[in-house]
Amino acid sequence: MNQAALNHLQALEAESIHIFREVAAECRKPVLLYSIGKDSSVMVRLAQKAFAPGRIPFPLLHIDTTYKFPEMIEFRDRFCREIGVQLIVHTNRRAIDDGANPHRLGTRACCGLLKTRALLDALEAGGFDAAFGGARRDEEKSRAKERILSFRDRFGQWDPKNQRPELWNLYNCRVNQGESIRVFPLSNWTEFDIWLYVYVENIPVVPLYFAQQRRVIQRGKALVLADHGDVLPWENPTLASCRMRSLGCVPCSGAIYSDAATVPDIIREILAFRRSERENRVIDYDQEGSMELKKREGYF
Amino acid sequence: MSSTPESLADFEHFVEQAVSKQLLRFFTAGSVDDGKSTLIGRLLYDAQAVYEDQLADVRKNTSVEGASAIDFAQLTDGLRAEREQGITIDVAYRFFSTVKRQFIIADTPGHEQYTRNMATGASTASLAVILIDARKGVLPQSRRHAFIASLLGVNHMVVAVNKMDLVEFSEQRFEEIRDHFSSFAALLQIKDICFVPISALHGDNIVHRSERMPWYSGPNLLGHLESVHIASDRNLTEMRFPVQYVIRTEDGFRGYAGYLASGILRLGDKVTILPSRATSYIKSLHAHGKEVEQVFPPMAVTVTLSDDVDVSRGAMLVHPLHAPRVAHTVDIRLVWMSERMLDLTSSFLIKHTTQTVRGNVRHVRYRVNINTLEKEPADHLALNDIGAVTLECQQPLFCDTYKRNAATGSMVLIDPITNETVGAGMITGIQADNLQLASDGSAGQPLSRQERVARRRHYPAVLWVGNNYHLQRELERMLFERGCLVHAIDEPIAPEYAAQLVGILSSAGLISIWSSLALGSAELENAVQMAENSTFILADDAVDPGSEPVAISVCKLLEDRGILFPPD
Repeated sequence: MNQAALNHLQALEAESIHIFREVAAECRKPVLLYSIGKDSSVMVRLAQKAFAPGRIPFPLLHIDTTYKFPEMIEFRDRFCREIGVQLIVHTNRRAIDDGANPHRLGTRACCGLLKTRALLDALEAGGFDAAFGGARRDEEKSRAKERILSFRDRFGQWDPKNQRPELWNLYNCRVNQGESIRVFPLSNWTEFDIWLYVYVENIPVVPLYFAQQRRVIQRGKALVLADHGDVLPWENPTLASCRMRSLGCVPCSGAIYSDAATVPDIIREILAFRRSERENRVIDYDQEGSMELKKREGYF
Repeated sequence: MSSTPESLADFEHFVEQAVSKQLLRFFTAGSVDDGKSTLIGRLLYDAQAVYEDQLADVRKNTSVEGASAIDFAQLTDGLRAEREQGITIDVAYRFFSTVKRQFIIADTPGHEQYTRNMATGASTASLAVILIDARKGVLPQSRRHAFIASLLGVNHMVVAVNKMDLVEFSEQRFEEIRDHFSSFAALLQIKDICFVPISALHGDNIVHRSERMPWYSGPNLLGHLESVHIASDRNLTEMRFPVQYVIRTEDGFRGYAGYLASGILRLGDKVTILPSRATSYIKSLHAHGKEVEQVFPPMAVTVTLSDDVDVSRGAMLVHPLHAPRVAHTVDIRLVWMSERMLDLTSSFLIKHTTQTVRGNVRHVRYRVNINTLEKEPADHLALNDIGAVTLECQQPLFCDTYKRNAATGSMVLIDPITNETVGAGMITGIQADNLQLASDGSAGQPLSRQERVARRRHYPAVLWVGNNYHLQRELERMLFERGCLVHAIDEPIAPEYAAQLVGILSSAGLISIWSSLALGSAELENAVQMAENSTFILADDAVDPGSEPVAISVCKLLEDRGILFPPD
């Protein structure tokens, strides 16, 4: 370690730890939104470091749409058991029972019910006034302006014109009854930083991130894993080496052709191959500026 | 970005390099249509931080207007509202890296109503890139941008003179703008300014040297950003550790977590705890998942102390001899960020380090006209005004001036009803609390040497200047202006009384300056040795000053010998 300068990964780590501690100290009842992806794994590691040797002083919350990959659920349960955190799983049971799925409703309405609504309900049910999320500013254009502490009104809505100025590292965590904040400790990390950190810290991630031979179907722009979704009668799955670049629900998560079977492979791939990771998510494409619309409604 | 590493050994090496990069945070400011978005789009594109699908997206958007080339500005214009208005309305953060450095850009909008956004972007930046349209020259907005940068303590500045292609790459025009800006910047005491003539649209002097401006011999923009020396802006001498969170475990561990705001903290160091003024020693230090022997800012740290003392969030561990001031009343420079006006009826929650206290404005001293930098009398501040106010807090702040220590000199003001962040304050002056008997048990205790040293910010010393009487007077005045206790002695002193006199002067904490009229150097040195509470220093030991006045090099000598603490 250099005499008196942190390298960029340590600087990012220090900033994230500071944010975790500040919110844990000032907010009444925080919760960590755990989505099982690599960013969530990194978040949990940072939270562990922030409160070591103590335990993470808040629970993890997973919004389960029931359309997640089985490998994700398996990983989630093992991971949470191993590190000894409290995990809350919430599902919008009513919408599922009413038959909500992306094929029937379209991705917009489906996300609205199974993710956004479910999240708001879970936050309200738990009485949480602060929710940590793993969103990063480099993911999508509308996120470049997101504050580290993003203020939501009583309806969980985000108003881009009414966000609090954030100066130095003096975060304003105050909310009135019913209001809440979303907290993004990874705001200043890039996808590359995340993988570098996963490698350096040896952080476990879901095996779907790593390439192997899987049966796939090409649907428009998206490459769909055939063994997880419904194969339509006229579709003909082929075998290809592929991996997931970001994880979501089975119907809305596309794979990419890849031979990257290890973390170093993935880092090499990111360097060589310049596509932003959300491209494989169908939901960002459903409307121009769509992520911004979802955020206004309360989606992360 | 560097080439792809093939073997695992290569990869290890590559990771080592990637991890050891330094992080530079800078902010960009420009007026409407200065081409700021184009410049940032160009930097991202040329640094290969733009993904293929994002480019395709931009091509899709621009084709509507029939443009064939990439519209770099569209790479960065995110929100719908601003796309509709055609202007950026909020701080946006962008990321890119080169082989040498990792960069975070805070892209701040330039027009007047968004002063608060610029202050926000500047608060975490070490460097400012100010854009100027070569056709329009230095505008009132450009002055405002420079002023806000200096107000927030951003010490490095790049003035990018853009659209050089529209003024025929004229050297004369560039020099006019440089001279005009420099004369204004001189008032702001910005340490380091670099002027670069560019064309963001065509890529001149962005990452490559422009062949169309052979008269320019300075660095290109990216080259400068990669190599500019960002000296640690943190204060490394005065340790301040605001306690953020107390970590307790079932097996009895009790640690204090926070980030080190300034100074260096080592295992075994003695610390004073504010507000109780109890003292203890550092028993262990944990940082970033490891147990370490020393920590430096801005590390995230957990410390344990050797004594069982009362420490909670909002307390501050400080260096016993370099303590901050403890005060209820401070003068601040204030950037007002709310549509509701600030006046004498306003009261706030003040978030300062890890404390939040109640406070109110006692006095609005003036408003700064940010176009002329003149101070105007004022009794209120409106949205985006910058002014000076005196603030009174219900509990004491453990603070320094912003210039001396940004971490303990900064605060945000929060409206206690709406919880909005309404102002950003930088401490410029700290007022002594009213006379009262101390309640911490120190009342009636004799003053210690440490207390005197901490208050005066220097140790006692005996300085001999020979027969340079002029230097003696110059030094006395210079040290006095700096706040030192100082006295020149030039009447003859009987050698047998010298040791006693030196002892008394030094126990008062004084720096005494002796000429040969008072006593010879050998006798004086002998007296200092007998007194045992001071340091003898020969002014002649100061290095040959060259063009600098001798008195200044003697002061530097006193700093080097640890007599004087570094200035504010």
